[in-house]
Amino acid sequence: MSSTLHMHGGIGESIKRKEDARFLRGKGNYLDDFVLPNMLHMAILRSPHAHARIKSIDTKVAGAKPGVIAVVTGELMAQHKLAWMPTLSGDTQAVLATDKVRFQGQEVAAVIAETKYQAEDARDAIEVEYEILPPITSPDGAKAPGASLIRDDKEGQKDNHIYHWESGNQTTTQAAFAKAHKVVRLHTFYPRCHPSPLETCGCIADVNGVTGKATIYMTSQAPHAIRTVFALVTGLPEQQIRIISPDLGGGFGNKVPVYPGYVVATAASLLIGRPVKWVEDRTENLISTGFARDFHMTGDLAVDKDGKMVALRVHLDSDNGAFFSDAQPSKFKAGLFHIVTGSYDIPTAHVTADGYYTNKAPGGVAYRCSFRVTEASYLIERLVTNAAIELGLDQAEFRMKNFIKPEQFPYTSATGWVYDSGDYPKAMNVALDKLGYDELKKDVEARRRKGEVTGIGIASFTEVVGAGHGAEFDILGLRMFDSAELRVHPTGKALLRMGVKSQGQGHETTFAQIVAEELGIPAQDVLVEEGDTDTAPYGLGTYASRSTPVAGAATAMVSRQLREKARKLAAHLLEAAEEDLVWERGKFYVKGSPERSKTIQECAFAAYTNLPEGMQAGLEGVHYYDPPNMTYPFGTYAVVVDVDKGTGQVKVRRMVAVDDCGVRINPMIVEGQIQGGLTEGFGIAFMELITFDDDGNCIGSNFMDYLIPTAWETPKFELGETTTPSPHHPIGAKGVGESATVGSPAAYVNAVIDALSPYGITNIDMPLTSDKVWAALRKAGVTE
Amino acid sequence: MFPAAFDYRAPATLNDALGLLAERGDDAKVMAGGQSLIPLLKLRFAQPQLIVDIGRIPGLADVKRDDGHVRIGALVRHVDVERSKDLAKLVPLMVEAVHWIADPLVRNRGTVVGSVCHADPSGDWGSIMLALNAELVAQSTKGERVIPIDGFFEGPFTTTLRSDEIATAIRIPLPSGSAGGSYHKLERKVGDFATVAVSVQVELDGHKVKKAGIGMTSVGATNLKAKQAEKALIGHELKDDVIAEAAKLAAAESEPKDDIRGTAAYKKDMVRVFVQRGLKAALARAQEVRA
Amino acid sequence: MKVAMRVNGAERGGDVEPRVLLVDFLRSNLLLTGTHIGCDTTSCGACTVLLDGEPVKSCTLLAVQVDGREVKTVEGLANGATLAPIQVGFHEEHGLQCGFCTPGMMLVASALLERNPNPTDDEIRWAISGNICRCTGYMNIVKAVKYAANMESAPKQAAVAGGGE
Repeated sequence: MSSTLHMHGGIGESIKRKEDARFLRGKGNYLDDFVLPNMLHMAILRSPHAHARIKSIDTKVAGAKPGVIAVVTGELMAQHKLAWMPTLSGDTQAVLATDKVRFQGQEVAAVIAETKYQAEDARDAIEVEYEILPPITSPDGAKAPGASLIRDDKEGQKDNHIYHWESGNQTTTQAAFAKAHKVVRLHTFYPRCHPSPLETCGCIADVNGVTGKATIYMTSQAPHAIRTVFALVTGLPEQQIRIISPDLGGGFGNKVPVYPGYVVATAASLLIGRPVKWVEDRTENLISTGFARDFHMTGDLAVDKDGKMVALRVHLDSDNGAFFSDAQPSKFKAGLFHIVTGSYDIPTAHVTADGYYTNKAPGGVAYRCSFRVTEASYLIERLVTNAAIELGLDQAEFRMKNFIKPEQFPYTSATGWVYDSGDYPKAMNVALDKLGYDELKKDVEARRRKGEVTGIGIASFTEVVGAGHGAEFDILGLRMFDSAELRVHPTGKALLRMGVKSQGQGHETTFAQIVAEELGIPAQDVLVEEGDTDTAPYGLGTYASRSTPVAGAATAMVSRQLREKARKLAAHLLEAAEEDLVWERGKFYVKGSPERSKTIQECAFAAYTNLPEGMQAGLEGVHYYDPPNMTYPFGTYAVVVDVDKGTGQVKVRRMVAVDDCGVRINPMIVEGQIQGGLTEGFGIAFMELITFDDDGNCIGSNFMDYLIPTAWETPKFELGETTTPSPHHPIGAKGVGESATVGSPAAYVNAVIDALSPYGITNIDMPLTSDKVWAALRKAGVTE
Repeated sequence: MFPAAFDYRAPATLNDALGLLAERGDDAKVMAGGQSLIPLLKLRFAQPQLIVDIGRIPGLADVKRDDGHVRIGALVRHVDVERSKDLAKLVPLMVEAVHWIADPLVRNRGTVVGSVCHADPSGDWGSIMLALNAELVAQSTKGERVIPIDGFFEGPFTTTLRSDEIATAIRIPLPSGSAGGSYHKLERKVGDFATVAVSVQVELDGHKVKKAGIGMTSVGATNLKAKQAEKALIGHELKDDVIAEAAKLAAAESEPKDDIRGTAAYKKDMVRVFVQRGLKAALARAQEVRA
Repeated sequence: MKVAMRVNGAERGGDVEPRVLLVDFLRSNLLLTGTHIGCDTTSCGACTVLLDGEPVKSCTLLAVQVDGREVKTVEGLANGATLAPIQVGFHEEHGLQCGFCTPGMMLVASALLERNPNPTDDEIRWAISGNICRCTGYMNIVKAVKYAANMESAPKQAAVAGGGE
């Protein structure tokens, strides 16, 4: 089928994707495509109120509706100690509400019926009596004296404060601010948005009453970790739990958490003895599953008289919703936000973070954020552009002046990150060159003289991905290694299984390419499987751009392990000494006599048919990789916008994106990831928003209100690249999946702020909808 | 996200359909394209007992001239307007405006008349028809009546159409002489309802405005007609000051509310901006026709 | 109610409540799961099928409305083992990542190419503006459609070059 079938498929080759065949024919195996014999369907009843006491639940009418097998309430779950479950951040979350509902959309009851239409009909017939309580819809509201206590279920919880967290050095930072030449402040809100993959979440729970085995098909980016959590929560023995994560229609972090629906469906299947399918609809997905961002941030940048940055101080209030359920490494409460010094050589910094409960859906770490790096990158890149404007400096020059220099790597930041490698000036220069920056600036000036509103925005992000070294990175205690198990068969073909899980990132191709490079078996001959916890080696899953840095490294390592065994086999076959053999991708040959060679396929066959004395048969292995450090992809993005003075609408005229993610395994796939991320960043900057009215009603809980860009609004992207390999990664690669969502929102917003800066406007919070831009212009006296 | 149960009939003739409505109209909904009705059914905001699908009735899908009017049948879809060479000549405003409606897939199914009868205050066709001074043809077992569009909309999703009636066509008076129109819509993305939209249609006698129609979308409890702005244009040349004045009047006549799309002040200003842009564009087109 | 329709060239039917959406009929009754459900407000286009050749959202159609009509789903694009040009285009130009929007995109594109064999970038973007993709950012989808357009015109070009034989 592919035009690239003839290619070996090693690192750097843009071979066409091996997984495409089934998707092109409509034969993908997404969760809702599975039908199990005797399967039932579940529908969840959700709270219409943001904060209310449950007075009573009447399920009599619902229970009598046609096709209904069972109606499950919190009370029933409580009898099985399943009304509450632990979250990935060490808090507890209600599975089905018992005492109170704490956000609009919270799960209250579930109907299990023969068909999904019947389940929904019966769900409408459940009667719940609520006593409405005052809702809290912001950290300010959560902090206010006399604010209602949201988590009165938690012993010892006296208010709505969740955590306080700090990083950096308060003393040295304070001192630097005290004698700074200039301090620039930005107060900005990164609003709540949502990963909203096109396929919603769901599961099919099939608990076999005879064998005791629970097979749960689940839209999960981290099936092994979830299996362990399930074992701890349900008490089912872990070897009797099998999670199968099938083809996923996107994830973007939405499919990491354990959702109440999964637990209820499993309990229902256990009690009823039949498989139970639950697939949420889009409204449920947007109103209740893991949202992203919702950070209120204030940044202060101190600069000396030469325009050098001398200190950074940041405070953030995090709106975590009703339960603290962030999926993030346990030692960090605000994720990796303290990467906030970004690409700049800032000698001292201090970050403080406070998290709050509110009457909104729980979550926060999601949507290609690299564990809150999106928020950090947005803050620093906006602050830097604002500082440049305030100081009368060119945005690009100000950045160049303050970049960490190439010779400073590995670089230890003021908050303790050890950046592995980078060349920020190079990426910036490639971007400016692509942009034609000098000519463009003259053009902007000329247009402004004619009364046009136009501007250029730049963002030079550094992000931190590849969690991570076990001593620092764990989820609920599970260290964040990852794994690759490689089996080479007698006929020289291979099966690679990994602990990560693709949701469209092309793992079936990319990781085969690592084997192709390291072991010389063509990528077409390497089958990659993920997602079934019974067969895949234990791993922590795919999110936060960790697959290539961690599982990719594991793949390289296990390939090298097998290559070393193959060397011994080749030596045996060639009757030569191991040290006299030269490896040339795909074969060993005797130094000086290249005609005496054995291919990797011949070695594989020998592993089962002709072994040296004492050697174990087989050519199979597994590697669990503990990364020594994170990887630090980076880039410079530049955006040009034109603003309609009459309506406030913004048009992106150009978008240049230069990325450096180290060695690119499949450039075509890498570019696809970047294009997708730039589009999500565009959506976040201009139209995506989940917000709440004063009664806690969620606005943005369907696609009429939660706006996702179509092909018509989405700009065309001009991509560029530089390559600064990671010095510690086995193949020099860094993660890249989230770079574009991390770096682009600030670029888009900086462009608009640059366009409005001649009118004295210094900030508009995202999304930059036309009414907000209009209001800023009007305030400055600009009209059509 | 599935409808509640209902009865369904797809009558083969108009008389059969009218008979059904005469009997069960109060609990029934008429369906043509279904692109507004089915979403309401799925969210269970509408739970009729009976759906009368008029999609199989012959003779309702025509666009034809009819005594100084163009008559658009109940089953003429948005995409048919897009592709209609007749309408591009006779009522170009409609062909320009249709591109702003929903998205290409919805336009393949939804109908003009159905959209007007749905009477969403954020609907596009209603304000276009107000600018064009159209009239609806409604039929029932009791006979036929013609309903002028001005006065047809009573409130959000409410019209003067009776529950035993089917609107079988909409008739648009053909502009005479040099005429031009335009549709300006502020939407946040393709497929979004209008934040604000303005339809403009003018007919000129020489350089002076003989007839003017200004319809407004999403700025009131129904689509609105900016009658004072229209009156202020009659007999005048479309010079900048006349246009600016009409734009101000139309903005004053609009009744928008604050919501997630913007403040009332923003929307009023968008009416003003769009009436200005709309009249300028309509003038340019009218002059092309003359030339 | 009984319904009968042609789906991908074959006579198919069923007995369904009038309220059953076409997308559910295709997925649950006919087991054609290539047509996907992505939203609940007729907004995303993941459910796109061709109805008498025109792309429509099958989540906003009742199965009973389609009685006697012709439906094409993604499963009807390929000709046995031979992929349709649009499918080849999506593969060659990396026009899909998770694949969830892809069936709808390909059907809209194939209908576009029937009407407009040589669309511009903007015409393609306009035609697919009722279909949301979260993964690709649309650039490669546009390239995929152009690839298919070129594939379909190539044999004709060859014929012209050869003197119209």
